Amino acid sequence: MDYFLELFLGGLTRGSIYALIALGYTMVYGIIELINFAHGEIYMIGAFTALIAASVLNIMGFGPVTILILAMVLAIVYSCAYGVTMEKIAYKPLRHSTRLAPLISAIGMSIFFQNYVLLAQTSDFLPFPSLLPELEILEPYAYIIRSSEVFIILTTFGVMVLLTLLIKFTRIGKAMRATAQDRTMAMLVGVDVNRVISMTFIIGSSMAAIGGVLIASHIGQINFYIGFIAGIKAFTAAVLGGIGSIPGAVLGSLVLGWTESFATGYISSDYEDVFAFGFLVLILIFRPAGLLGKATTQKV
Amino acid sequence: MLKIRNIRTYYGNIQALKGITLDIAEGEIITLIGANGAGKSTTLMSICGVARPRYGEIFFRGTPIHEMSTEKIVALGICQVPEGRRIFPNLTVMENLEMGAFLRRDGHGIKNDLDHVFDLFPILAQRRSQAGGTLSGGEQQMLAISRALMARPKLLLLDEPSLGLAPLIIQQIFEIIKKINAESKTTIFLVEQNANLALKVAHRGYVMENGLITMSDSAINLLGNEEVKKAYLGL
Repeated sequence: MDYFLELFLGGLTRGSIYALIALGYTMVYGIIELINFAHGEIYMIGAFTALIAASVLNIMGFGPVTILILAMVLAIVYSCAYGVTMEKIAYKPLRHSTRLAPLISAIGMSIFFQNYVLLAQTSDFLPFPSLLPELEILEPYAYIIRSSEVFIILTTFGVMVLLTLLIKFTRIGKAMRATAQDRTMAMLVGVDVNRVISMTFIIGSSMAAIGGVLIASHIGQINFYIGFIAGIKAFTAAVLGGIGSIPGAVLGSLVLGWTESFATGYISSDYEDVFAFGFLVLILIFRPAGLLGKATTQKV
Repeated sequence: MLKIRNIRTYYGNIQALKGITLDIAEGEIITLIGANGAGKSTTLMSICGVARPRYGEIFFRGTPIHEMSTEKIVALGICQVPEGRRIFPNLTVMENLEMGAFLRRDGHGIKNDLDHVFDLFPILAQRRSQAGGTLSGGEQQMLAISRALMARPKLLLLDEPSLGLAPLIIQQIFEIIKKINAESKTTIFLVEQNANLALKVAHRGYVMENGLITMSDSAINLLGNEEVKKAYLGL
């Protein structure tokens, strides 16, 4: 039972991180129908920003909690700056061209960002300080769950609640939903679609940055390639749940996290990806639009 | 109020408008009739800046708007009820109406206008928390008109409001259109294939064929015109 619980919570942690990234994929897809393949790199840039910030702040003699908060804020700010700039440079000029053009541009951005960090930083794995505090109450249960996992799960839950409130009740949230459903009509009621798109990239990048900092702190090392792997997994989760659907991205991420965790724990860690992607294939055979995705029908 | 001067709009290399000139005066109901594919909807989309005219000029109360962004044009008071109604399907009726008032900040005025559209279309009040996509065609048309009214438009553009609706509902909708014009002095530009109906509510009309205006006259004269009768009224 303990082992099951350990795997369950491990899967939940993984799923949380996937969800933080997958939401960026699915929201951008919802608004501009683009798979932003460089989204994983934004997560990686968030982690690197936090690493640099944490090192500098540490030398300056700040306490651990201050470092965590400041590093997180800086990671979010930098990731947003990269995300929004990427949209303006690589996607916006291609908005009225063929569907394939921005997709190729996205792959280009992904490769560019990886090499940019590779050259500016290093190709080696860098140790990442454990920024998340240790909770003493959890010590007796250390064989089931670590403090950092608790932080990841709780933070993700908090972010999801904030995101839901934002999308449901704020003016920009309504504008985002309207734009996703009918962009031309949104323009006709006065929505500035460019602003909505920028906002989508800001929200997506912020969540990716939070995910990047959390997981780097949990695992303890990063390199320029982590965004690519996490990005592919999160993209899988978004498709699994139904690309374009926000609850779908969360559900898909959790399902993927648990699949990987249980496959690793009960069968073999060699088969982690086999099970993850095998499961994706199965879902797509029986539900081509994903778990919560709708086959789009339009009534005229 | 609105002056369109010789606009030409293209979709890629296909020329949809071949030089349209028309005028709408304050307080009028103007109709634009013509067959499918004549360029009626393109004319409306050109006014709103969704389809950009490559040549020509459009002025709204003296301000050139042919290079303005759509949201700025909407902010000036031009609202469109597009063809096919284009209700946001997953937003509730209430949220659809709120989207209509997207550019307004006067909470009190918005509330008054909500009461006003619920007065015009009581069925919408009953359906307020239902998703827009679950409404019937007639209800969606009512919602689309209400959504546009929520912006307090100075010029209301209506694209084929009768399309696909039952005769009784059409009559109701056209009564409301007359009422909107009479009560709140909203200028209305009505695009219709149902020429008979449109010319009966309009003051003046334009006839469009293949991207060109071929006739313009008072609505009564057009109703009596032999060519119009033959081509559009089925007489």
